[in-house]
Amino acid sequence: MKRLLSLLVFFALAGSAARADWLNFRGPQGSGRALDASSLPKELSDETLAWKVSLPGRGLGSPILIGDRVVVTAASGPDQKQLHILCFRASDGSPLWERKFWATGRTMAHKKTNVAAPTPASDGERIFALYSSNDLICVDLEGNLLWMRGLTLDYPNASNSLGMASSPLVAGDTLIAQVENDSESFAAGFDVATGINKWKMDRPKAANWTSPTVLEVGDDEIVALQSSKGVVGILPDTGSALFEFGNGASTIPSSAAVGDQLYVPSGGLTALTISSDGSDPESEWNESAQRPGTASPIVLDEKVFVINNAGVLNCANRETGERLWRVRLEPPFSGSPVAGSDSLIYIFNEGGLGQVVDVSGEEGKTISTYDLGETILSTPSLDTDALYIRSDGHLWKFAQP
Amino acid sequence: MKHFALLGLFLTWSLANSLPSYAEVSESLKTIQSVGLEGKGNSEAAQAWSELVETGPTIILPSLQAMGEASPLARNWLRSAVEAVVENARSSDAELPTAEIRQFLLDRSGEPNARTLAYDLYASIDEEAATELVPGMIDDPSPGLRREAVGQLIGKGKSLLADEKTEESAATLRNALEAAREVDQIEEIAKLLRKDLEQTVDLPHQFGFLLYWNLVGPFDNTDRAGFDTVYPPEESVDLAASYEGKDNKEIRWQDYSTADDYGMVDFNQPYGPIKEVVGYAYTEFQSEKEQDVELRLGCKNAWKIWLNGELVFGRDEYHRGIRIDQYILPVTLNEGKNTLLVKACQNEQEQDWTVQWQFQLRVCDSTGAAVYSTDRKPTPDPVAKPRRRGAE
Repeated sequence: MKRLLSLLVFFALAGSAARADWLNFRGPQGSGRALDASSLPKELSDETLAWKVSLPGRGLGSPILIGDRVVVTAASGPDQKQLHILCFRASDGSPLWERKFWATGRTMAHKKTNVAAPTPASDGERIFALYSSNDLICVDLEGNLLWMRGLTLDYPNASNSLGMASSPLVAGDTLIAQVENDSESFAAGFDVATGINKWKMDRPKAANWTSPTVLEVGDDEIVALQSSKGVVGILPDTGSALFEFGNGASTIPSSAAVGDQLYVPSGGLTALTISSDGSDPESEWNESAQRPGTASPIVLDEKVFVINNAGVLNCANRETGERLWRVRLEPPFSGSPVAGSDSLIYIFNEGGLGQVVDVSGEEGKTISTYDLGETILSTPSLDTDALYIRSDGHLWKFAQP
Repeated sequence: MKHFALLGLFLTWSLANSLPSYAEVSESLKTIQSVGLEGKGNSEAAQAWSELVETGPTIILPSLQAMGEASPLARNWLRSAVEAVVENARSSDAELPTAEIRQFLLDRSGEPNARTLAYDLYASIDEEAATELVPGMIDDPSPGLRREAVGQLIGKGKSLLADEKTEESAATLRNALEAAREVDQIEEIAKLLRKDLEQTVDLPHQFGFLLYWNLVGPFDNTDRAGFDTVYPPEESVDLAASYEGKDNKEIRWQDYSTADDYGMVDFNQPYGPIKEVVGYAYTEFQSEKEQDVELRLGCKNAWKIWLNGELVFGRDEYHRGIRIDQYILPVTLNEGKNTLLVKACQNEQEQDWTVQWQFQLRVCDSTGAAVYSTDRKPTPDPVAKPRRRGAE
């Protein structure tokens, strides 16, 4: 009976999942843009604050959205050894379920970050929660445990004493995670159903906090793995390398993918076009002035945006890299910007100030700010008509009244 | 009152008799206990997990008991099954086996994490009754439970301090310090005793840091190659020997001791803040018996550690941070003499936050209690801290 109910719930959710699921860090293609988010609130305010709920611990990972479910992770306790996966109803913020685990790997991290730094991922049926302790946990949408890996138990030197932060994502039926650090550094593809390795590859022995992005090249999905060495494009099912860009890249902001184009934080910003034939990527342009700070770049239509370490939002022509305009925001930023179908960029600074920037005109203009009054080091997530953000203590939803 | 007691006994008896036997759920529990590395047994465990959760509250006690013979991964499977059952029971107003949970909690032979989970469950059912149990946990083998009791004592000590009852406050905090196992609590108590009550605290002894060593260095670590290079101390330790060190200089073992609160063994003190070098530290530990212990190391340089000539672990990460108990390494000590050799590598980075070339090491039981060498010497008198110098 319970299984039947679960099945019915699944199909009900699957129906609503067609809305605008946000299934991993920075949503579609891991790039921060949701074209089907067409009714977002144009201001952040008391009026558009739909609800907020308390969280049992800190975290930097974004919430993910699956139908009417919002899932977020947290870590708590004196050494952050308590790992949480929390699921709320998107419509009203009511709690649906919570699962807790003891960390099996190292929980040491710089005090600014947290063991719940990576954003979880989903394939619409399952939720994959990865932590800085390298615990990788898969539950279904009801919170039933499907599999668990302790990647530091499996690979004892895979850790970073400053903390890991790379977020996994799903491509096809493979969950891809970059577990990159100074010592036992690797990336792996896991069978989404069993958690068994489909492939595992050595990666540069250097701390790396960037997350994979997905390129859509023809009918193929190619996953871009970024590191200090550059970018490697792999086939998600096998991990086979399809292309390599070897000019080096940042280890903090991640690339943004749009179709078959990849905007890489490399020597400032470098635009690449990827083909599916295994040839080297074509460098469209490199612009040293477009150097992102911690926040990852984002592409809106014909413009590409980066936020530098001084908190200046730089807008450049996507085709040429030529700077179009700059506008100063309220820094500092640890999270990255996101945008829906219109020309509004949403970002929160570390002090908790939400900022909405209209980038449709010849220069950018901040049209709304809202102080949440709590530390925010994370990136928002978007539904068709709502924005979700997690602070140190709460999960918040903003929507049109 | 007597009737209530009889009713309670009857309910406990009834519940106990309605519980499935261990054998009835044992197959599911065994399946979960069998999960292994690299995803081994995940699919079977998922099925078993589902069976346990569907069975309902009667699996709580067997699952807690099964944690005693479960790996850290398997304990998590069992924990989440227990918590899913509790969540389901609450949503359907089903009865939870409160008496059995309490009984399990009070039995100190249970697995420490399982007992902490039992406490949390019990507190969620009857917070007042759970709180009443806390003072009795001051010497509990479960770190999580002991932490609750130590926390209460710290609170009491602070309250007495606020009332200017300094002697009683100091006595209470001394008791808390004796019982404390977790670093943040020890630090909080030591700070109160030292700063507010002007008491002395032998923190290195409290933590059990190894304070007396023999050091030799520097060997070469150009291009970080020294981490994998086998220098003579790795083959045998002869404290009277001399070696050819970096730049062909003759180097010898020298005595070293530290009075640092956190037991920091600082190679920069004898050798200066040099770069691209390797140093070794050697000490001996007399164990009163053969025993399982944990070597608890903190180090922000690349390091290796050997016990009785056998490599325990090594890690080639540089300058990403250091803290007490950063690495916890289970080992078995021989009765009597044991040798410990630590290799610490300094790299080429020149930022001011990469000057440190140091480590800290203590020997603990699995609860974090210090295990002392039978010939442990007193903590050395503190000396002036060396001036911090920039990297060369």
